Amino acid sequence: MRNVAIVGTGHSKFGVRNDVSMSELAWEAIKEALDEAGLEQKDIEYFIVSNTGGWSSEPLPAVVIGEYSKLVPKGTVRVEAACASGSAAVKLAYDMVASGHVDIAMAIGIEKMNESPTPIVVEFIGRAGNYFWEFENFGLTFPGYYALHATAYMSKYGATEEDLCKVAVKNHYYGARNPKAQFQREITVEKCMSSRYIAWPLKLYDCCPITDGAAAVILAGEEKAKELTDSPIWIAGIGSASGTSNMSKRGTFSSLEAAVVAAKMAYKEAKINPDNPVKYIDVANVHDCFTIAELMAYEDLGFAKRGEAVDWIRNDQTYIGGKIPVNVDGGLKAKGHPIGATGEGMIAELTRQLLSRVEKDRQAPIKNGYALAHNIGGTGHYAYVTILSLSKPMR
Amino acid sequence: MSGEKKTQKELTDEEMKKFIEFVESMKKSMGLPMVPDIKTGVALWVDQRELNVRFVIGVERLKPFFNGLADGKVLATKCKICGEIYFPPQVDCPKCRKSDVEWIELSKEGTLVTYTQINVKPYSFSHYDDYIVGIGKLPEGVNVTAWVRESDPKKLKVGMKIRLEVVKREPEGYYVYEWVPVE
Ligand SMILES: [Zn+2]
Repeated sequence: MRNVAIVGTGHSKFGVRNDVSMSELAWEAIKEALDEAGLEQKDIEYFIVSNTGGWSSEPLPAVVIGEYSKLVPKGTVRVEAACASGSAAVKLAYDMVASGHVDIAMAIGIEKMNESPTPIVVEFIGRAGNYFWEFENFGLTFPGYYALHATAYMSKYGATEEDLCKVAVKNHYYGARNPKAQFQREITVEKCMSSRYIAWPLKLYDCCPITDGAAAVILAGEEKAKELTDSPIWIAGIGSASGTSNMSKRGTFSSLEAAVVAAKMAYKEAKINPDNPVKYIDVANVHDCFTIAELMAYEDLGFAKRGEAVDWIRNDQTYIGGKIPVNVDGGLKAKGHPIGATGEGMIAELTRQLLSRVEKDRQAPIKNGYALAHNIGGTGHYAYVTILSLSKPMR
Repeated sequence: MSGEKKTQKELTDEEMKKFIEFVESMKKSMGLPMVPDIKTGVALWVDQRELNVRFVIGVERLKPFFNGLADGKVLATKCKICGEIYFPPQVDCPKCRKSDVEWIELSKEGTLVTYTQINVKPYSFSHYDDYIVGIGKLPEGVNVTAWVRESDPKKLKVGMKIRLEVVKREPEGYYVYEWVPVE
């Protein structure tokens, strides 16, 4: 295996993007990534498209985007790992480049959720888990699956609905400073607390929005990367794991077991001490599809001890200036969650963070040169943890 | 179902009907199914093809489970070789790589592990009032996901005693199991 670097990133504006088609939206991210890398379409040897779909009209997005962006006749595939599809695409591109099979590969995330009305989108995501045993008769929704975790976590550790709202307040604070974010306004705990229940005890402001968006990442092998750029961002480690489809088969509801497994793998590969990752990591993006998910992530990643995430959020430990800045792009909560594009969106954001290229008032101080993306598909059904590094990993 | 208040389904259907009427009027004047987006005014093409999906799912090997429901019982499978109990039931034991299971009736009494109330419902569930979904643990060591017969989530507690019952789901009229608080 050889070292692999990110040599180009693209990130569309996230939000309700009724102003563009799926192809046009994908092209925004693809063009930006190609420009950044100084590459032409012919240089991309393989492109992987992450998209969950169902709610959008094109069932074969990879070829539709390939044609529009002039990536044809390069090899392609559409991948699905629910909300972690983007990180799965990056992992597959990484594996192809690391193995030496290709020198340059591109991961393109795209989701166009607003092509369907909201109740239909709620239906599609609710079906994602175990359709026959948990949806057909019981009509669980995506907020519902996470609400099951919120109830268990709150009962176990004494967290309150106000604590959950503090996660939303933080992520809106940073969303307000990110021009790519769907929501660019700050909120208060009171505003969050007075919002209506979506899946008790989760309220409207505990939930990520329905988002259209695209993001792209170009990966290159070490030699190629050095030719292309003097500021490559290296992939230092990737961990991936899965969880049971039925919620009823989970051993705990105050943690996502798959995330714990994926984090361990990623830390080992990146040679980061799993007992104190905060010492190494300058900035993290975690999968805050719902506020409770962000609290569980602090613990599943080993940032905070079990039950301590509550104190962390109460004491602003994940703002810039705290123990570790988390979701300083607004997270899924405020930047938005275009399911299949979220992973590439996190990795593009963290690449720019490590290069100190983001808006000043949301730039994390870069000291150790590590960044971490925690991307969960479904409700702990898929987990990907990707660690990026400013310096070349020692193999 | 409450008589006076409209269900989420009625509200959604009314909204969709109004939208389609608007599309039809635009189509009549322009000859195209193109409308301005309500918020931004950008042009939207409204699909002229509609897709209705209803899956047909094979349950031949799980027939004892469904026949059990009709008798008021909730059944699981138990591997005759390793003793593993499966719920949801499955007739293949991937541990032993054999398919030699017996059907056992599950205990009725369990404890509530966690729960939520679904307030914003999927379209195909939007004709119901807000419903509570819970996960309960049975002495056999298996968890069961089901609706909980209660309308106020604040009356429930993690760890409380609950009982599994087979009920007819209305208005569809088919057998399903449900948790009932016993405290
Ligand atoms: Zn067995």
